[in-house]
Amino acid sequence: MRKNYGPAYAMPVALWISVFFVVPISIIFLYSFLEKGLYGGVVWNFSLDAYRALSNSTFLKVALITIVLSIAATIITLLLALPTAYFIARSAYKNFLLFLVIIPFWTNFLIRIYAWIAILGNNGFLNNFLISTGITHTYTQFLYNPFAVVIVLVYTYLPFALLPLYSTIEKFDFSLIEAARDLGATKSQSIFRVLLPNIKTGITTAILFTFIPAFGQYAVPQLVGGRNSFMLGNIIARELTITRNWPLSSSISMVLTLITTIGVLLFLRLNRSAGMNIKNEKKK
Amino acid sequence: MKGSQVSIDGVSKSFGDFQVLKNVNIEIKKGEFFSLLGPSGCGKTTLLRIIAGFEDPSDGDILLDDASILSLPSNKRHVNTVFQSYALFPHLSVFENVAFPLRLKKLDRRAINARVEDYLQLVKLDDQKTKLPAQLSGGQKQRVAIARALINEPSVLLLDEPLSALDAKLRQHMLLELDAIHDKIGITFLYVTHDQEEAISVSDRLAVMNDGEVLQVGSPSEIYETPADIFVATFIGENNFFSGTIVSVDQSSAVIETKECGRIHAFMDKHVTTGDRVTLAVRPEKLRITKDRPEKCDSGLNCVGGVVDEIIYTGFLSKYFVSVRSGVVLRVFKQHVNYFTEESSIAFGDKIHVWWDVGDGFIVEANAS
Repeated sequence: MRKNYGPAYAMPVALWISVFFVVPISIIFLYSFLEKGLYGGVVWNFSLDAYRALSNSTFLKVALITIVLSIAATIITLLLALPTAYFIARSAYKNFLLFLVIIPFWTNFLIRIYAWIAILGNNGFLNNFLISTGITHTYTQFLYNPFAVVIVLVYTYLPFALLPLYSTIEKFDFSLIEAARDLGATKSQSIFRVLLPNIKTGITTAILFTFIPAFGQYAVPQLVGGRNSFMLGNIIARELTITRNWPLSSSISMVLTLITTIGVLLFLRLNRSAGMNIKNEKKK
Repeated sequence: MKGSQVSIDGVSKSFGDFQVLKNVNIEIKKGEFFSLLGPSGCGKTTLLRIIAGFEDPSDGDILLDDASILSLPSNKRHVNTVFQSYALFPHLSVFENVAFPLRLKKLDRRAINARVEDYLQLVKLDDQKTKLPAQLSGGQKQRVAIARALINEPSVLLLDEPLSALDAKLRQHMLLELDAIHDKIGITFLYVTHDQEEAISVSDRLAVMNDGEVLQVGSPSEIYETPADIFVATFIGENNFFSGTIVSVDQSSAVIETKECGRIHAFMDKHVTTGDRVTLAVRPEKLRITKDRPEKCDSGLNCVGGVVDEIIYTGFLSKYFVSVRSGVVLRVFKQHVNYFTEESSIAFGDKIHVWWDVGDGFIVEANAS
């Protein structure tokens, strides 16, 4: 009998993940149950202070804003990415168009956020354009509010939603759309009843690839957000570097991880049970 | 034309510089099993897609029950298609696939269930309704596709090479079943195929197409016995061709001087005069092969002497390849009747006579001199 070396092949990844993911998150988990040191760091005494501090209303407000902004960004990203991915998959120039989607990755992420400041700023391209064409007469405040955060989040995660959607739509058998039209479906019925159910895995992946990183964002709200659009990532950074309350930043990190995990599991569960319902209905 | 169910009226179609259909005119009668037969790339599938509404013709019109349907989108046309690849919805069960058109119409639950059950019974799939398409065999998928296309009760069912993905045995079986379904529900079937045997065995009438043109429209026997030209004669069944010049004509028959076999008598199926260059086709099964020269060789029969070059035994018939002159080989098919007959004793290398009735040759091409 041939030996199965599969587990051995997986060792490098297993090691990598243990060292760079499991160990750090365990440290954060541990720190969140310790007392804060006077000048940063931790004192090795068990304490729930860091979790008690979370009941404070500012924190809850930030948590809520984070959830709302990430969900808004995810929905807008998906609505933009779906038709775009469809167009690319159906285009004769798909390789070139995919290449265009990937080009922004050649530039540093932070620089691309600064580019958005140059576009949306009071003396930026957009304001200058609106004033010079006479559409507006004074500067409009585009930056430093939740909208700016959502716009830049959408910009950031659009390629991550586009690629999985593209790969499922590209594999989709378009004669099914013809079949649906032939059987009496209007254009939109053929999209909703045939295309979307068949590219569900791509949609799920796109949602996860947008929502999870958006939820933990730090740089975008830091640079283009205002006081009322700070997200959990910003609070974590502030507690770690300015207030130097390590246990608190750890406990917020744990909550963030927990919310993400629960959210994702719930989403996947809903997704699957929707599929199961269809099957059960058929059995009747 | 009035009274036809489908009128294909001067339809042309080009993709860029390539002309796929050239002024196609076909009238299909109500309730007919009509086939479009031709080699791949002849434009038959494009024609079907134009009728279904997936392509627009560059020129011409399509009438369904005497009204043009070109301006209607495919979901508004009273025709349904059985696709070559079946195009079943992979996320829906057999039942839901068949129910799909009815759900779009928002019929009530009971009506849907009853009708889907009826049509699943028609295609003998009532015990498979909870399965997903991926769990079905090719033949079963085909049945689902047929039931789904029929459930809207279309005026015309379009079938795009529906059997091409099935193996030979199953194809025969499904063909008979399609014929039975056609007899039962009585609507018009428009069947696209490149398989001449399929087309001939089930169609009421068929159109033979090549290079975007309709070469001949007729019943299977008309097309087989009186092919319009060499292409039709070659594409459907097998043939022996003789080309030569007319040397004399009388009221109903002509004498052709051929370089293959000398003088041959033939009926004048086309109008020919002395000096015309013609091609005569004779089906291999119409040729007879005997060791002795038949007596009536000069009245009513054409006789050629030759040597048996090869014999291929295929079970129900034997194919004799007879060399009549260097480089000229005639094909003779002889169906087996009795195991030991005079003919079956013919062996490789035997000197024999090939002969046929004057009426069995058919002039497929004539060019005036």
